[in-house]
Amino acid sequence: MTRTVPAPRATAESTGGFAGVGRDEASLRRFLHGLPGVDQVGLERRAATLATRSIKKGSKLRAIDLAISMIDLTTLEGSDTPGKVASLCAQARRPDAEYPDVPPVAAVCLYPDLVRGAVERLAGSGVQVAAVATAFPSGRSSRAVKLADTALAVEGGAGEIDMVIDRGAFLTGRYGKIHDEIVAVRQACGNAHLKVILETGELAGYDDVRRASWLALLAGGDVIKTSTGKISPAATLPVVQVMLQAVRDWHRLTGEYRGVKAAGGIRSTKDAIRHLVAVNEVAGPAWLTADLFRFGASSLLADLLRQRRTQVEGHYAGTEYIGAS
Amino acid sequence: MDPWTYAPAPESASLAEVAPSYRPFVDGAFVDGGGEPLKTVNPATEEVLAEVGTASPQDVDRAVAAARRAYEKTWGPMSGAERAKYLFRIARVLAERSRELAVLETLDNGKPIRESRDVDVPTAAAHLFHHAGWADKLAFAGLGPDPRPLGVVGAVIPWNFPLLMAVWKIAPALATGNTIVLKPAETTPLTALVLAEIAAEAGLPAGVLNVLPGAGDVGSAVAGHSDVDKVAFTGSTDVGKEIGRRLAGTGRRLTLELGGKAANIVYDDAPLDQAVEGVVDGIFFNQGHVCCAGSRLLVQESIAEEFGELLRARIETLRVGDPLDKNTDVGAINSRVQLDRIVDMAAAGDAEGAVRWTSSCPLPERGLFFPPTVFTGVEQSMRVAREEIFGPVLSVLTFRTPTEAVAKANNTPYGLSAGIWTDKGSKALWTAQRVRAGVVWINTFNRFDPTAPFGGYRESGFGREGGRIGLDAYLHV
Repeated sequence: MTRTVPAPRATAESTGGFAGVGRDEASLRRFLHGLPGVDQVGLERRAATLATRSIKKGSKLRAIDLAISMIDLTTLEGSDTPGKVASLCAQARRPDAEYPDVPPVAAVCLYPDLVRGAVERLAGSGVQVAAVATAFPSGRSSRAVKLADTALAVEGGAGEIDMVIDRGAFLTGRYGKIHDEIVAVRQACGNAHLKVILETGELAGYDDVRRASWLALLAGGDVIKTSTGKISPAATLPVVQVMLQAVRDWHRLTGEYRGVKAAGGIRSTKDAIRHLVAVNEVAGPAWLTADLFRFGASSLLADLLRQRRTQVEGHYAGTEYIGAS
Repeated sequence: MDPWTYAPAPESASLAEVAPSYRPFVDGAFVDGGGEPLKTVNPATEEVLAEVGTASPQDVDRAVAAARRAYEKTWGPMSGAERAKYLFRIARVLAERSRELAVLETLDNGKPIRESRDVDVPTAAAHLFHHAGWADKLAFAGLGPDPRPLGVVGAVIPWNFPLLMAVWKIAPALATGNTIVLKPAETTPLTALVLAEIAAEAGLPAGVLNVLPGAGDVGSAVAGHSDVDKVAFTGSTDVGKEIGRRLAGTGRRLTLELGGKAANIVYDDAPLDQAVEGVVDGIFFNQGHVCCAGSRLLVQESIAEEFGELLRARIETLRVGDPLDKNTDVGAINSRVQLDRIVDMAAAGDAEGAVRWTSSCPLPERGLFFPPTVFTGVEQSMRVAREEIFGPVLSVLTFRTPTEAVAKANNTPYGLSAGIWTDKGSKALWTAQRVRAGVVWINTFNRFDPTAPFGGYRESGFGREGGRIGLDAYLHV
């Protein structure tokens, strides 16, 4: 059976029963602070229990392929070059040259100035080009600069924009500023999907993660994303669980599907599968698609390919036998 | 594409090293029991696991006499520091053999391997380590300058946590210098007998620990034995009352840990997702075969609908099935008798007008299983709100004010445990002060730690197990 899930499109108007919540600072604050609290002990206990799920045999192979198809293969270094991007794109299209049945990854994720080259190399592959924007990773700049940054990526052909929220504004309670900024970037995106990076490692605990998630959903983010990858801790199971609860509740209350991207810190197949278990059991099986769940990662793919070969060939394969970008 | 499913991930049953037959452990050796042998059954398959020799009245006399000798000759006079060495050794061996014990417990009891592996066995080991540490420090427990052991302890334990309950009796009894005669439950005798084997392996002197399998008659003989100085019983309120009557006026000490009908109070300002987890854990942990199970959900009316929706969605994700599968959340009902009782109680809920909701999870074709079930529209007068079901059945009631929540929580003859869910500390403490329960969990449920005393009052019994105060039940102070 093919599960067709409506692509997570959101418009500034389609906020379900929440129209008007973002109209001013005070109503935003009332709404976000009226959300149920998150109990740290209970949340982490549930994450630990989910992590005990034992995924073996066919389920594991299936999970590995699913995880590969959900990867935003990422390089976000000052030292990135067109050559590096070319090799990343090659691997994104065909992750394991010896196994053509391995699915391509969901997207490559780059700085805006490198988008155009990647778009050319990935034409017709179905692999998306995502660009970080809005003064990534700190978000410390004017709105004009952030919008220009977004425009650079969109004009280059990026199909997805990964923006960062202004954590300084969040930590000082200026939710309206963030809301308006997301709305503005959303407009600058045109048809591109918008992922909103909360940088949860810089927020003050799980209650903040829930508030930031809702803020991004209210402002029209298609996907809420944990981290830039530049701050530790990045994606953790409890944080991702809170964000999955947010998109689950959003769907429960509005009927719309929004996505989650776990980025940073997920390097092993075991970790990736634990996240898929959380997606399956916290949000629901409908979220087990690259439209609604992504991994932002650079080194995860290599481990997934290695574990995949182990499943298929029955023994471990050395990394030197798998071509990596 | 087909939905992603979890392939079966069964733990190997052979790890349990089940023997074809087991025998009572008396005076340091496994001996032939004079009672009629019983057959213990794997409730997940209803197949016989092993034959177990049971104790006759003469065996009870022999075991009590052996315990008396050991108390007078070896264990009683031994220094606390020496006793501690044995207990630490037993704790270590138990931890080393944890995988075997977990699988054996799951086979004999029906509980999921995830729980026997992650809760029962590690908590049992923790309890032994904790009490081993107390053995040479009893004078500093704040109970008195020179606490002395009582003598011979007779312990009778239930089938819901066979190994853990055995350890809850044995660890404090032995740490305080008493010797013990333990009667495990008729349907789950195996892990207590392996524990006896571990004790023997650890060199525990003969007679200090005796394990007598059998049915209620053996339990009755142990609890009523005139040379037993203290009785520790965990089980049903009816049997507890009977023991209480028999021991009244004899001067023998008694602690009772009996039934419960705990309320889980969820206020509208609770951390909702974690409250859902706690409520699920409170009633479906160990198939609801838990004396302190949160079998009554009291939810504030203003959030009752949303909470019910979240709760049902969460319960739908529970995986019911093969207890040996590492991904199973809810295992088998321990016995046909217990399953019949749960079925009857649920039927009573229907008959009295409560609304039954059942998880759509598939059940195995054979074995003793009952699906996670929730009754809404429950009133205080209904049997499903008043009687202990001891199964995966939750009764949901609503309340409007904290005062009403407390009144409803206390409207039960039991008083073992309670749960309170609110993000507001002052409200949690206000409620905790007023709920009549021996154990109150705030924003969590079913947490067991050897340092925290456990026990109830009113028809849930008396006396505490665990913690500093738990030592008091085994000492003259």
